[in-house]
Amino acid sequence: MSMPFYVPPEQVMKDRADFARKGIARGRSVIVVGYDRGIAFVAENPSRALHKVSEIYDRIAFAAVGRYNEFESLRVAGIRYADLRGYSYDRTDVTARALANTYAQTLGAVFTQESKPFEIEIVVAEVGVDSDTDQIFRLTYDGSVADEQGFVAMGGASDAAEERLGTGWRPGMTLAEVLRLAVDVLGAGENGERRALDEGQLEVAVLDRDRPRRSFRRIVGPLLTRLLVEAPGAVEATAGPGSTETVAGESGSASSASPADGPGSPTPPS
Amino acid sequence: MTQWSTGRPRRLDDAFLSAGSSSFSEFVSAYRPELLPSGRRLPSGASIEAPHGTTIVSLLFDGGVVMAGDRRATMGNVIANRDMEKVFAADDYSVVGIAGTAGIAIELVRLYQVELEHYEKIEGAIMSLEGKANRLASMIRGNLSLAMQGLTVVPTYAGFDLESATGRIYSYDVTGGCYIEGGHHSTGSGSVFARGALKKLWRPGLEEQQAVSVAIEALYDAADDDSATGGPDLGRQIWPTVAVVDHSGARFVASDVLEGHVQRVVAARRDNPGGAR
Repeated sequence: MSMPFYVPPEQVMKDRADFARKGIARGRSVIVVGYDRGIAFVAENPSRALHKVSEIYDRIAFAAVGRYNEFESLRVAGIRYADLRGYSYDRTDVTARALANTYAQTLGAVFTQESKPFEIEIVVAEVGVDSDTDQIFRLTYDGSVADEQGFVAMGGASDAAEERLGTGWRPGMTLAEVLRLAVDVLGAGENGERRALDEGQLEVAVLDRDRPRRSFRRIVGPLLTRLLVEAPGAVEATAGPGSTETVAGESGSASSASPADGPGSPTPPS
Repeated sequence: MTQWSTGRPRRLDDAFLSAGSSSFSEFVSAYRPELLPSGRRLPSGASIEAPHGTTIVSLLFDGGVVMAGDRRATMGNVIANRDMEKVFAADDYSVVGIAGTAGIAIELVRLYQVELEHYEKIEGAIMSLEGKANRLASMIRGNLSLAMQGLTVVPTYAGFDLESATGRIYSYDVTGGCYIEGGHHSTGSGSVFARGALKKLWRPGLEEQQAVSVAIEALYDAADDDSATGGPDLGRQIWPTVAVVDHSGARFVASDVLEGHVQRVVAARRDNPGGAR
């Protein structure tokens, strides 16, 4: 019989953290970024069916990088948690902060107690009445939570991506502007080379501040093309329930894309 | 254990993290059964008096479906509520109307709304109209033991089928039987009188505004002969709840539009209590 070697707890935690970080760094990135009328989620994801970004509740969405099976089970758990809470209390009692806390406890417990930590990083975002009340929580594999302001990049080469977002992002940008910035950041390589990302490789969704009740919308097809290619203000919006052709947040900026139309300006959606 | 049982945040219970069902009611019945009507035990043989909601009518028109309900809830011979809503949007493309014990019916509707949204979020797709109708049937079935003690709920479900681009009406019985209806349907205590009116006034290919008017006529006839159904209340400005579902989704008819319809129906019945024919 051999005696197991003593391994100091610092080393155990460091090994686990290194293991999780390596797994996360292998994946493609996700960017979460605030704009004047909501919060946008941009993921490099060629799959149409396996999502990295998802709706959790009326004003809350979820984005993740890393192992699909691990963040998918947390996504489903978050929807169950939010729906149960909204059903037993009220819809307004479901908050991103409470959900982020619960996720943090779960990630922390798995990190210390299970044989392998989750190789994932997630963002829980809640859109508020104006951009000052938007909340973006970033949760890492060990259960630590950060309350981020404005933007987050997760996944492979996230430090470099955050730096580029930091120089390019300012409060009050329009949706078209933040989408182009995000695509630019996702396409930037390590040594200055650039990859062109087309709509087929992108998963884009928004939490649209101006929509009543369920504010989460996927942006696909012609609307995404128009937002990425055309000049700001050129996007026409026609309201209709469940239509994939419109974003309520773009309807106001079609008339005025000037800096005077700042964040939280009370332009009603058409 | 989660924060409900301990009062402080803990890690998510295995029930939340387990793979499988995308049904909210199945999740709740496994995790917190006492939150569902079917999870409660009542003393056998006892019965209580609770407010009842009454008449719901629904009818197809060219390109969609209309559902309307009166606003009265009764408890024995007392009017328990005169402006109660009994027709609800179930999701973007369907509505549900309820007759029976009001408290349980409203609870079932809330549960049903969460059920549809929950499925949509987890699966990333909208359930088929047939699937939605069957989910409602299984919820009514779960309520059978309460129904046997007098707490019955009988809904009507109507929606727009995006596949075939037509409106559809589903009726239910107290045991959870689900039947697709052609043309029109009514449920609740005034349903007999409403059905008579619908038989005479409904025809295929009605326009939306005509269908709304027929629904109000039918409810008027139900209120005329059934004491538990409330007629339009001109003094208090209380009109029936009317929902329209078509290719653009479910919406409720605005009260000023309803007022016009009601005024016309009431005026046409002056010296002519039988109404339109």
